[in-house]
Amino acid sequence: MKTILRLSVNGTPREDAVAGNALLIDYLRDGLGLSGTKQGCDGGECGACTVLVDGLPRLACGTLAHSVAGREVETIESLSHEGNISRLQRAFHEHLGAQCGFCTPGMIMAAEALLRSNPQPDRAQIREALAGNLCRCTGYVKIVDSVEAACGTEHAL
Amino acid sequence: MNSLPDFQYLRPATAADALRMHAANPASHYIAGGTDLMPNIRRGLVTIGAAIDLGGLGELAEIVEQGGALRIGSGVSLARIAAHSEVQVRLPAVAQAALSVAGPTHRAGGTLGGNLCLDTRCNYYNQSEAWRAGNNYCMKRDGEGCRVAKKSKRCYAAFSGDVAPALIAMNAEVEILGARGVRRQPLTELYQDDGMKWLTLAPGELLLTVSVPLDDVWVSAYEKVRMRGAIDFPLAGVAVALRREKDVLTGLRIACTGVASQPLLIDGLDAVLGKPLDDASLALIAEQADLANRSMKTTLVDVLYRRGVSLVLAKRLTQRLWDAAA
Repeated sequence: MKTILRLSVNGTPREDAVAGNALLIDYLRDGLGLSGTKQGCDGGECGACTVLVDGLPRLACGTLAHSVAGREVETIESLSHEGNISRLQRAFHEHLGAQCGFCTPGMIMAAEALLRSNPQPDRAQIREALAGNLCRCTGYVKIVDSVEAACGTEHAL
Repeated sequence: MNSLPDFQYLRPATAADALRMHAANPASHYIAGGTDLMPNIRRGLVTIGAAIDLGGLGELAEIVEQGGALRIGSGVSLARIAAHSEVQVRLPAVAQAALSVAGPTHRAGGTLGGNLCLDTRCNYYNQSEAWRAGNNYCMKRDGEGCRVAKKSKRCYAAFSGDVAPALIAMNAEVEILGARGVRRQPLTELYQDDGMKWLTLAPGELLLTVSVPLDDVWVSAYEKVRMRGAIDFPLAGVAVALRREKDVLTGLRIACTGVASQPLLIDGLDAVLGKPLDDASLALIAEQADLANRSMKTTLVDVLYRRGVSLVLAKRLTQRLWDAAA
């Protein structure tokens, strides 16, 4: 049965009729067309579906849409404005942090959550924050490089 | 993963409300972070008529110091417990255990209550519908008999929560809301050694809080062994709480996870008390931990390894805490 779900998605307040058993990832991708969030393992093990809920990383494939009622949900689409990608996204681009790119939205959202709470993490802290995100192109070194580069000065990129 | 079955979504305003909702919907399940329950529902391991979301219950989301104990709500996230300064300093085993659960995304959503009530796990259970059908299911779900112990009448799925042994080693108590009101009991009594019914909770009963005594004389630590460094359940996990007064060991509590259908508090350690920790004491600790160990072939890793590594962890942590408390 569908009931009204009220929440904020990427800064926009929304009211949508959503089924009680709808997953957050299906609501975002199929309901709102925000297909940047990826469905990887679909079982809570790979982190490709990571979005932010009230600033904290959460797995959209294992979260009921209604459980985030009243909360602020942010997806990868929220990071770019008027065609300009964020510093973190640019760092992934410049430092080859994306290979096939499928894990990248989840990696970037998990890294975004880290940088908001700890703007100058060391490599161990970056690796810890991304421990729940799998990359099957084996690009971890470049991914950690990218996050590290995004912590640099504004002029570094 | 399968699509989710059709079910109702319910959001109680209070814990008492949640209990009433459960009574009205017997096939319902409480859900908080859902990090374990959701994949299990999608694998067809759990039948669900309604999801009662405990996420909005503020009364379960507090950490307060009260009467010489730290009272942690069952709805507090594992990330918050791991980062809580009082827990880190005074209950290090609990902080270490919470931090060792899965990855940061799971810990941000997963709760203390969810980890304590975690479903037991087995190679023959935590699989897709197609895999289980191909192996003719098992008694824990949809089938008959145990695939691990063929003649067994009981299920040997292993309890694999990380936080329970740390809390048991620290002598924690739990508050449970049931039809007759709130009751308080040692955390150890929440469990029984049965892979199909590992919790002693009656249907609908709700774990409210966990209280851990704040006795600064005790030091503690938790360590686990797993297949990969992140997002993995323990093959074996051990928590040790130890009290040293000068050169005398005056208290020792060791609890294990991943090696039975319930977290185990190791018995028979009194003989090592009242004297310094020495090699004979460590040998006795290893012997008692081995006696308690009931590992079965529920993981891809050999039983002998899990038995052996439990002893190593128990001895290593005890020695480390003893040395550090000097």
